[in-house]
Amino acid sequence: MREKFIEFRNVSFRYGDEQPWVLENVSFEIYKDEWVAIIGHNGSGKSTIAKLMNGLLYPQEGEIIINGLPVNDQHVWEVRRQVGMVFQNPDNQFVGTTVQDDVAFGMENRGVPREEMTKRIGEVLKAVRMEDYLLTEPHRLSGGQKQRVAIASVLAINPNVLILDEATAMLDPRGRKEIMQTVADIQAKNEISLITITHDLQEVVQAERVIVMNAGKVWDEATPREIFTKKDELREIGLDVPFIALLADELKHNDVSIINEPLNHGELLEELWTLHSKM
Amino acid sequence: MNNMMIIGQYVPGNSLVHRLDPRMKITIIFLFVIFVFFANNVASYSILTVFAIITTAVTRIPFRFILKGLTPVWFLIIFTFILHLIVTKEGTVLFELLGFKLYTGALIQGFAISLRFFLLILITSLLTLTTTPIEITDAIEDMLHPLKKIKFPVHELALMMSISLRFIPTLLQETDKISKAQASRGVDFRTGPIKERLKAVVPLLVPLFVSAFKRAEELAMAMEARGYQGGEGRSKLRQLKIERIDIFVLSLFILVIAGLFLTRNY
Ligand SMILES: Nc1ncnc2c1ncn2[C@@H]1O[C@H](COP(=O)(O)OP(=O)(O)OP(=O)(O)O)[C@@H](O)[C@H]1O
Ligand SMILES: [Mg+2]
Repeated sequence: MREKFIEFRNVSFRYGDEQPWVLENVSFEIYKDEWVAIIGHNGSGKSTIAKLMNGLLYPQEGEIIINGLPVNDQHVWEVRRQVGMVFQNPDNQFVGTTVQDDVAFGMENRGVPREEMTKRIGEVLKAVRMEDYLLTEPHRLSGGQKQRVAIASVLAINPNVLILDEATAMLDPRGRKEIMQTVADIQAKNEISLITITHDLQEVVQAERVIVMNAGKVWDEATPREIFTKKDELREIGLDVPFIALLADELKHNDVSIINEPLNHGELLEELWTLHSKM
Repeated sequence: MNNMMIIGQYVPGNSLVHRLDPRMKITIIFLFVIFVFFANNVASYSILTVFAIITTAVTRIPFRFILKGLTPVWFLIIFTFILHLIVTKEGTVLFELLGFKLYTGALIQGFAISLRFFLLILITSLLTLTTTPIEITDAIEDMLHPLKKIKFPVHELALMMSISLRFIPTLLQETDKISKAQASRGVDFRTGPIKERLKAVVPLLVPLFVSAFKRAEELAMAMEARGYQGGEGRSKLRQLKIERIDIFVLSLFILVIAGLFLTRNY
């Protein structure tokens, strides 16, 4: 059994006493080294979950445990060191006047000595393939490059969890691909749990497990493959299904026998060309 | 978008003046501004002028850049000169025209004051021409450090300045985008009576403000998520260090000032 890293225990949250509950009795666990995608319609509470995970917000009810530490005033700084977060807007999270200053920001906050900072900056910028932009100012970078710097900034403090809250939403397809490639690389090389909050189905497919949120509640928790078999239900709660899954469904309706639910072109192709041998 | 505007006045370079510690530059300029007022004869003015011109030459910044930066003040310099010609009534009369008498004293006075003015502007503009805004910010933070004792928010002020610097280009790009969007809806910023043009600015400013507030909120969130808890216990990546060259330049400057005091009239 893998080691638990993040645990939500019956968490309920609202933004104010008069406001409606945004999260109701949410419980789930995320394990070490796991890649989890969180999906759900707009306003279903995904970003709120992310902010609860690193103590930007505290729940009114229930408990959140990060690596054995309850998230509260006492542990919040340690929790924030362990849980790094990349937000949606590339511009509004770039603090430094140059790439290296931005990467340094989180380390400066923690009083990391200067020599170590310089070393770390080199390492993490290399990890996101931005090592040639050390002194570049943010307005000379593309959105995708800025997001890669944001990821590097978070990696610089050696977090155990990396949360991407729609970090690719404002990027073009190429920028998205770059980011997802970068993150997949990082996850493969480091012991790091990855949480991607997204509307992009391609990102969902890459995850090991999906948590589906609906109106502040956990609606379902399963592998991407299992999730995408529930096409009609997903559509009812305002979510899309990848084109390939739809196509496979359509084929099934037309009596083409498809056994494994395909998630991408390659898998569908596999199903189709081996079709004859299965009959 | 105009690039010059984005990077401010700074002209990248690798000259001695560029490489000088920004604190040293600020100190020297500050002292220069004071000592200019001690010059009172040809020799002392010459010393300061030669110093200013050599410094300018060392920066290797094309002279036209510097002159361009001075355009708004040329008018003031000339105005001061003419004013002195009219009001000063010392020395002998040089010539008389339609009842107006030009005195030698007026000519000398006017010239001296305009020169003083020119030197002040030239030297101070060299600071922004050879120092990046962020270096200036670092220097200010460092030099104001003692004020921390009386609870002056030095770190916060410096952070505010650096974040403003970081966001100026972003907001300029955004202004450009919004004004294009509004122009495509028929808003006219460039022609028409001034009142109409002012009115046209409103649909530009409102979205700009709304977005700036949103940015501020998100930035604060991002900073907090990255462990920002104020200036206490922070380390710094950018560090200022006084090198041998700084000491050398300071000594040189002290010699110049000594020269000034030796030659001026008492
Ligand atoms: N600062 C806030 N104050 C009050 N209500 C808020 C605030 N932030 C979010 N909400 C509300 O909380 C609910 C959940 O918001 P949240 O941002 O978590 O949704 P989300 O799933 O991330 O949506 P999206 O896909 O649009 O990012 C929404 O109804 C939203 O209006
Ligand atoms: Mg969200």
